[in-house]
Amino acid sequence: MEFEPVIGLEVHVQLKTKSKLFCSCATEFGAAPNSQVCPVCLGHPGVLPVLNKQALDYAVLCGLALNCSISKFSKFDRKNYFYPDLPKNYQVSQFDKPICGKGKITFLINGNEKTIGITRAHLEEDAGKLVHSETGAESGVDFNRTGIPLLEIVSEPDLRTPEEAYMYLHMIKNIIEYLGVSDCNMEEGSLRCDANVSIRPKGQEKFGTKVEIKNMNSFRNVQKALAYELERQEDEILGGGIIVQETRLWDADKNQTFSMRTKEEAHDYRYFPEPDLVPVKLDENYIKSLENQLPELPFDRMNRFTKEYTLTGYDAQVLTSSREIADYYEECANLTDDYKAVSNWVQSELLREINEKKISIKESKVTPSKLTDMLKLIQKGVISGKIAKIVFHEIMRSGKDAEQIVKEKGLVQISNPDELKNIVEKVIKDNKKIVDDYKGGKEKSFMFLVGQVMKATQGKANPQLVTKMLKEAIG
Amino acid sequence: MSFTEKDVDYVANLSRISLSDEEKKNFTVQLEQILKYVEKLNRLNTDNIEPTAHILPVSNVFRDDVAKICPTTRFAVEQSALLVDGLFGVPRVI
Repeated sequence: MEFEPVIGLEVHVQLKTKSKLFCSCATEFGAAPNSQVCPVCLGHPGVLPVLNKQALDYAVLCGLALNCSISKFSKFDRKNYFYPDLPKNYQVSQFDKPICGKGKITFLINGNEKTIGITRAHLEEDAGKLVHSETGAESGVDFNRTGIPLLEIVSEPDLRTPEEAYMYLHMIKNIIEYLGVSDCNMEEGSLRCDANVSIRPKGQEKFGTKVEIKNMNSFRNVQKALAYELERQEDEILGGGIIVQETRLWDADKNQTFSMRTKEEAHDYRYFPEPDLVPVKLDENYIKSLENQLPELPFDRMNRFTKEYTLTGYDAQVLTSSREIADYYEECANLTDDYKAVSNWVQSELLREINEKKISIKESKVTPSKLTDMLKLIQKGVISGKIAKIVFHEIMRSGKDAEQIVKEKGLVQISNPDELKNIVEKVIKDNKKIVDDYKGGKEKSFMFLVGQVMKATQGKANPQLVTKMLKEAIG
Repeated sequence: MSFTEKDVDYVANLSRISLSDEEKKNFTVQLEQILKYVEKLNRLNTDNIEPTAHILPVSNVFRDDVAKICPTTRFAVEQSALLVDGLFGVPRVI
């Protein structure tokens, strides 16, 4: 029997506000435990939460970017459950009137467009962080994170493979980063993802019993956990078993999902309207004003890059994978029309360097003008592509101009036949056997001779000229 | 539909509390009475009445996104029954 996977993802994005969702406590990461808390976020009796306007703006901005309908009327609800990371024993969330309704996003997967529906996106407060000591009889709770605004983005069960889930997450992250409303750092927890997975016999309309997977702390782990879980479910069914609706935790060390104790499983949150917060009513003008703030989004920008700069879909996808890189590329494209060369240099040397140095592209000493000036030297034949790599790393190191580096280090390409004549003759004389091999039809031997001339000139000889001169000399 | 001891068990489980048999019996009776009392509301016809999200006709109360230091942070934290290295101590949960 062939099965079809059905996957839906819940993504929690921490919004980058200065203060919490319902109180004025700071949101900075890494502060001393319980130093950014107050009676409101600790849920002391009689306190009054008030909604952070910036968090609302960010949520609506995200909703618009995800093509969601924006609710003219929304409200907050209490989601009740008892767990020590929740000081109030309820989480302020949104139940039946989320800020953002149905939407969709489109991305490329193996060169094909795929559109995934968004069910909803709503605002809620984050919970605290539990700290478990190895030996102690107690667990400790740090409530600094409590009350930090989260946007929960729920996808439709439209995803069919772990790879699609991976690409979907990338696109969500990409979009949110373009908006600048979250750091989207999965390791630091500013982006988190849970998955709902089930399988059904191919052709069957009805969904199978779904399992929720938690505790995946990287996009790759989401992909791996889904692949594992799909196989587990298939084995279970083919072995005559049934799938139990449950929550399973991903163990990245063992590469397996494990069942959480079912006792924790009473999913009865008894939602009711939060009486301490008043409803939110949004009008057309407000929504329009945020619409006007939307930047060009990654998918549109990718499509424009392929047209405007005649790039392949793959190149355009890499170059628009972050707003900073795309901005950098466009600045370069304004300074040169060698779009393909810029694309190659950005994708290979530049991205490798900034990833190794763990800096942002803005911090790199190779500014767009410095890069394009160097590319012009290649175009004019002043330096070879090989020498350019040396120049590039020198710009990266010192921030000097390409031209200055070329002068200082004497890296100018030798394009004068007179300067190369003696060297070419000497190489032919010293390598008689190889010349004969070439004459006898061994094409590879020719490249060796070119290499010898390049070596003798420390890579500065113009390779096209060397090829021409060697061919003429050998006859 | 009447309230049974099974319902009390369910609610107690959600609330993370354990009850003695006698407490269960008492609560079953009391909760049943409370629900019966509230049941009167079912006699009203609410077909054309919009659900109320808030008891006051107020909406859109916002704060600006400004981080402030709360003067009573320390006091608030010290209300914890148990503090371990600045963390709220709770029964071990893992």
